[in-house]
Amino acid sequence: MTDRRQFLESSTKLLLLTGAAALGWDHLQAGEPEKAPNYHTADHWWAMAIDIEQCIGCGNCVRACKTENDVPKEPYYFRTWVERYHVEGGDIERPQVDSPNGGYDGFPEKYHAGDGSKNFFVPKLCNHCAHSPCVQVCPVGATFEAADGVVLVDKSYCLGCRYCVQACPYGCRYIDPRTNTVDKCSLCYHRITKGLTTACCETCPTGARTLADLKNPKDPIHEFLRKNKIQVLKPQMATGAKVYYAGLDGSVR
Amino acid sequence: MRALFKDQEHLARMAGLFVAGIVAFLVLQQLLVPKGFGLYGHYRAGALDDNRARPVSFAGQAACAECHTDQAAARKAGKHARVSCEACHGALAAHAANPESKPEKPHGRATCLKCHTANVAKPAKFPQVEPSEHAETGLCTECHQAHNPGMGS
Repeated sequence: MTDRRQFLESSTKLLLLTGAAALGWDHLQAGEPEKAPNYHTADHWWAMAIDIEQCIGCGNCVRACKTENDVPKEPYYFRTWVERYHVEGGDIERPQVDSPNGGYDGFPEKYHAGDGSKNFFVPKLCNHCAHSPCVQVCPVGATFEAADGVVLVDKSYCLGCRYCVQACPYGCRYIDPRTNTVDKCSLCYHRITKGLTTACCETCPTGARTLADLKNPKDPIHEFLRKNKIQVLKPQMATGAKVYYAGLDGSVR
Repeated sequence: MRALFKDQEHLARMAGLFVAGIVAFLVLQQLLVPKGFGLYGHYRAGALDDNRARPVSFAGQAACAECHTDQAAARKAGKHARVSCEACHGALAAHAANPESKPEKPHGRATCLKCHTANVAKPAKFPQVEPSEHAETGLCTECHQAHNPGMGS
């Protein structure tokens, strides 16, 4: 028969050893660092800073993105796009939002100065959430959060089931009609891993959008986050969005 | 010899079933799960390299300034100091890789008006013109230098 002392001893041993084994197993599962030279995913945590006050709605980012990433030219497919907000009488519950061709051709004047309304542009893209709803719903692991904070798509493995398109609360995904697989902003993964900035940030004439590496202590993002009033889109959804907006209005959804 | 357990035969049959099941699982896993899956997380490790493999279209500011030092200096002195070359000139990685392939020069009013057409949604401090009222038909470059657009220079 086991007395109380023996029972406590054996159960403590079991608990401690299970913990150690679990840790060891995690360590084994993590695998080796990736083989790509000069780029180590663990050294980066990518994000983007957007200054609403600087955006002029020229559409350079939209055009550059479509060129760089071979996005279909039809006006339904965007990896990044720009929205124009028109808020009358400070009623942030009912903004009028338009985005003709995603801002690809710019924004023809539609509103008039001095009518008491508030007008501004909001560039949008994948928020590269730290806890992405799209990643959670993918049934096959074809979309994932890389260790450097970028949410990527494995196009050779995507089924085209569209779960992620519905799960994204920001509407950042589309089905590529040529391949019937999902596509979205990859934060120009092919550029940022080579030391270049994204195509949209490269061509933004006013510096309204800036690529940021939160793990780099010298990145200007830290000053940007300190000095501005910062908000992310839909914070109530706890997605861990990493596109940081300065000067974001409450009407922006 | 006496049996070790009372119902040895049943147990052996059960164990055989388990072994067959485990072998079938391992074979199917080898066949169906792609190589590298689960190495870094619940995804195929090779997908990282697939995403990195896309060719670059925009060469980047540093590549332009390497050769075009005079234009880069003019730009740096003026109000377009923070506007990268490819913001107006377009994607030029092909030209950077092979300077023989000459890109088209941006020309006409349209290049400038993409940014500088007046719009109430633009930040008020951004320089804007009403195209119908500002030098209606002339080229912007008749008065402004594209790389350093201020009128004083």
